[in-house]
Amino acid sequence: MTELRLRNVSAGYGAKPVVRDVSAEVSSGGWFAIVGPNGAGKSTLLKAIAGLVPCQGTVELDGKTPPRKEKARVLGYAPQNPVLPEGLTVTDYVLLGRTPHLGLLARESATDVSIVEDTLERLDLSALAGRKLRTLSGGEQQRTVLARVLAQRTSLLLLDEPTTGLDVGHAQALLERLDLLRREDGTTVVSTLHDLTFAAQYADELLLLDGGEVAASGKPAEVLTPQRLRDHYAAETEVLHTREGHPVVAPIRRPT
Amino acid sequence: MLRTRSRPPTTRLRPRTVVVALLVLLAAMVFAVVAGSGELGWQRVLGELAAQVTGGTSPLSEREAAIVWELRAPRVLLAGLVGAALAGAGAAFQGVFRNPLADPYLLGAAAGAGMAATIVVVFVPAVTGWLIGPLPLAAFAGALGGVGLSWLLGRSAGGSGTATLLLAGVAVTAFLTAIQTFVQQLNTDTIKQVYTWTLGGLNVTGWRDLWLALPYVAVAAVVLCGCARLLDVLTLGDAEAASLGIRPGRVRLVLLAAASLATAAAVAVSGLIGFVGIVVPHIVRLLAGASYRVVLPLSLIGGAVFLVLADFVARTALPGELPLGVVTAFAGAPFFAMVLRTSRGRTP
Repeated sequence: MTELRLRNVSAGYGAKPVVRDVSAEVSSGGWFAIVGPNGAGKSTLLKAIAGLVPCQGTVELDGKTPPRKEKARVLGYAPQNPVLPEGLTVTDYVLLGRTPHLGLLARESATDVSIVEDTLERLDLSALAGRKLRTLSGGEQQRTVLARVLAQRTSLLLLDEPTTGLDVGHAQALLERLDLLRREDGTTVVSTLHDLTFAAQYADELLLLDGGEVAASGKPAEVLTPQRLRDHYAAETEVLHTREGHPVVAPIRRPT
Repeated sequence: MLRTRSRPPTTRLRPRTVVVALLVLLAAMVFAVVAGSGELGWQRVLGELAAQVTGGTSPLSEREAAIVWELRAPRVLLAGLVGAALAGAGAAFQGVFRNPLADPYLLGAAAGAGMAATIVVVFVPAVTGWLIGPLPLAAFAGALGGVGLSWLLGRSAGGSGTATLLLAGVAVTAFLTAIQTFVQQLNTDTIKQVYTWTLGGLNVTGWRDLWLALPYVAVAAVVLCGCARLLDVLTLGDAEAASLGIRPGRVRLVLLAAASLATAAAVAVSGLIGFVGIVVPHIVRLLAGASYRVVLPLSLIGGAVFLVLADFVARTALPGELPLGVVTAFAGAPFFAMVLRTSRGRTP
């Protein structure tokens, strides 16, 4: 249960920050999606929250700015293209998620192993526990990465494009699963998502980033308007609605 | 077969594996001492070893016993120590650089040692009576100096990543090798001596070299094995390691320092022995799994076994003595190819 507050966050390498002056509040237990065109600074903003890039402004977790090791116990991060050391087994890999809870040179206890066991079971990975990472399919790999972050047992998850490379079915399955776990545990999720329709379905709030600055934020239905999509994505779209009232962003072929 | 609720298969170093590996090492060492003393007769040497253990009477004369204990035994033990140092350091380098082809000489250790050794051979007159000979001393300092220079260059070039460090190593290696070649070219009469040193060898008598190298290798081995789990975390990449609360740059520095210390100690007493640092960790990986918690300890033991046997071959294969570096490559490459073939065929 972590509440996240960003105040005037600017981040990036070099003299010119990639992300400028972002302020936002994420309520505890919510799903907050960062959207925006390519190169808008979505990943950089996520890294700034995780403390992985030089950053000005403040990132507060429950009103505090914890030091590195403590932060790793409340905040889990999965990059867009995670490195999967190919020779490791699924279990060994997921076990690495316990690192923030161990002393520098300590070994995992039986508790850590059973946490990993539970996590694998929740993500339907038990049958793959002994498999080498390189033998997994794309969907299984994404689930394994998620398992590693979940094994960290943090109350805030930062996920950079968790559905990269997955087809619509696998992407949906992953997001459904994530949504379920998050509700069960009361975890706060902040993720970047390039698929706006998925973002609108799962996130409570969207932050539209363009050129490193906040272009809009709020409920998906408020943020996703044809005009905004034209201004920031240079896209011709129609915003439809599902039966439940979630916006669906449909690209429209330009009249010839 | 699908078992959903069994213990998850964590890759851990089982005590039994370590015991078996150590027994293999002991067997290799006894074999190398006993069979390596052909002129004394292997039964009689075995009798001497048994006498030492049980306190019985030895079949060997005092002079013959001295051959065993002042020539053979220290050499075999030194081979083990050097093998352990190079293989352990190699495994650590491969982990730090996330590159299976990394070897402990990658960051200028070999070039630094080679340059320093050449300068000593050329400019320092042969001396006797030093506690430590000038050649090992120079090789040790040169190896550490080369790595240190690479580290400093990598840092000043900016970027805490491994790519910059690797390039710095390339630059330092090229520069130091150029100096070595230049000095050598001006003093062609010393080429043979330098060349022989470069090929590596353990032409030692007595226990001094062993005691000199042991503390460095021991400290490095403890540090490397202690950091094995962190090395696994490092293989996730810097961003993810940092998100798990680790400081990747600092862990890397500790690991490289320990590995380089072991390498420098090995180079000082044995010259440049290639191949061990790359091949042994890979064989361990193929046989026992990729987690560094298994790879590091078993590489230390496996490297020792490998070099003890290689040195035995170097001593006994031909009437003269073969350069150890030649033997490690000549024997190691086909063996490695064999392990590679069989294991790739087995695992999906």
